[in-house]
Amino acid sequence: MSLVIKDLHANIDETPILKGVNLEIPKGEVHAIMGPNGSGKSTLSKIIAGHDDYDVKSGTVTMGGVNLLEMDVDERSRAGVFLAFQYPAEVPGVSNANFIRAALQARMPDGEELDAVAYYKNLYSKMDVLEMDRKFTSRAVNEGFSGGEKKRNEILQMMMLEPKCCILDETDSGLDIDALKIVAKGVNAMRSEERGFLVITHYQRLLDYIQPDHVHVMSDGQIVKSGGKELALELEESGYDFLKEGELVNS
Amino acid sequence: MMTMTTPAWFAELQEAAQAEYESLPMPTRKIESWRFGNIKQLDFEGFTPEDQTNITLSIPDLPEGVICMPFEEALEKHSDLLQQYFMRNTPRLGSEKFAALHKANVKGGLFLYVPDDVVVETPIEVNHSLSGSNKISFPHTLIITGKNAEVSVLDRFGSANNEDAGLCIAVNDLIAGEGSRLTYCALQEVNLTSRFIQINETTVERGATAKAFTLNTGAQWARNESLSKLNGEGGHSDMLSCSIPSGTQQFDQRTFQHHAAPHTNSDLLYKNSLHENAKTVFSGLILVDEDAHYTDAYQTCRNLMMNDTAEANSMPGLEINADQVKCSHGSTSATISDEEIFYLRARGIPPHKARRLIALGFSAQAVDKIGNEVLESAAFEAIERKFATL
Repeated sequence: MSLVIKDLHANIDETPILKGVNLEIPKGEVHAIMGPNGSGKSTLSKIIAGHDDYDVKSGTVTMGGVNLLEMDVDERSRAGVFLAFQYPAEVPGVSNANFIRAALQARMPDGEELDAVAYYKNLYSKMDVLEMDRKFTSRAVNEGFSGGEKKRNEILQMMMLEPKCCILDETDSGLDIDALKIVAKGVNAMRSEERGFLVITHYQRLLDYIQPDHVHVMSDGQIVKSGGKELALELEESGYDFLKEGELVNS
Repeated sequence: MMTMTTPAWFAELQEAAQAEYESLPMPTRKIESWRFGNIKQLDFEGFTPEDQTNITLSIPDLPEGVICMPFEEALEKHSDLLQQYFMRNTPRLGSEKFAALHKANVKGGLFLYVPDDVVVETPIEVNHSLSGSNKISFPHTLIITGKNAEVSVLDRFGSANNEDAGLCIAVNDLIAGEGSRLTYCALQEVNLTSRFIQINETTVERGATAKAFTLNTGAQWARNESLSKLNGEGGHSDMLSCSIPSGTQQFDQRTFQHHAAPHTNSDLLYKNSLHENAKTVFSGLILVDEDAHYTDAYQTCRNLMMNDTAEANSMPGLEINADQVKCSHGSTSATISDEEIFYLRARGIPPHKARRLIALGFSAQAVDKIGNEVLESAAFEAIERKFATL
């Protein structure tokens, strides 16, 4: 399903963070957003997911024509939005397997129970792709996980929930090259004509493994430049200095 | 029908206990052991001892030499063992008067003796059902493990129906002999009109490991007093509890970790998840005797406040008279963090289910430490039964 963001303005504690974001991610495409710290990339991802720390002032976010901003966080998820968090929360006492199971159960009609055998079979096959040890099923969600393990766990959830629109917020941060390749493998396995991806990253490196169709540069709460995947390479080479020089080209 | 002959020593003991009960004053909130407590719950006016006990024992095939039978039968057949172990080290944590009342009226329960080197694989299960209105039951659990023996017991407390107001004053003696492993799990799920007092005494000899877990989900008011006395080097005691009060339920917990020998280890974890207008009191003391060097003692009480109308009172305490000890005590009260809720909701889990999942997980953490699959799943099921009502 296509994700369409139109003229989105949002504040946190009265401070404007997003100042008119326009972005369209047609289904089947992978879009990357790059940009310096504080440009509003993570804020954008959290607003799409429905975090209430932010105050949306104006604009729309729609998925398949449905206004996401009018939906609760959990409703958005069930509708097909998925955010892979930069810093996933730890949930002591709740096992990973029970957590993912509850998330899948929440998508079932009332009175229907998830088939436990099929669930574990599916879970294990996805964990194999991500080279995750089976012990992660019984461990508490993200508790005591290394940075890399947390990120893999995010991708595992994404693979299990099969969302329509996936947002990856700096999934590459804190990953070594081997972990990065594994995470990319999981993401690439999910690419399909029906699914859109928004990949937020600081580094071009991730985009070597998850090849984007489009790259956008975000600065001071706006998308200031868009291009093909070669734009990421340019940024890697020359950095964001062009932003200071005022060469804002909105293509 | 079996005819009972009460041994003379026991008749004398009961007579003395009755006199003790009558002479001991009623507790008041002014004494430390009843601070924050609800004294009104101690009014037993109109209550009479139950006419017959409603207890069933599920005893698996047992290895030779194991004695496992109802309390009364043991009184007749193994009077010597009972005389040696029955209520010898009853804690003095506030309910001395009610311990005396129990002693004078004890009826029904389990007597279990596992001889040296004998391992009982399957847990022994005891089912108590409170029945009749305004009735008091006085069940007793006495477990003795010999050298290197091993046994586990599941003690269930329920009610025959949801209406009858019952009162249960239960006492346990858990005596873990040298090198033995004794695991005890009590699940208190009596109806919401009943009251419950449980007094637990655990004695841990050299190299033994005792684990005692108590779950409280039922009763309008429950008071748990638990003592673990570490008598021999290498002794280890786990004191575990999980309470899930809701509505106007009140649970009052008093604990005492007594290290009487060096190189002993105790670990206390009490987890309370409080819903609606529930109230809990936790008061714990670690005492390390003068000679009990190299003691490791930990005491943790965690309260999860599910509603801001709930109230948790915690009074952790330490008294250390030896050197080279590692002790910690702590108590926390917290609500579920917004971050955790958001994370679960961001995966599609509705808010009320997200809160329930987290609270259930919080409670389950004490269960995970029991270390016995059968007992753990029985405890989990009881927790789930409670959450299904919330």
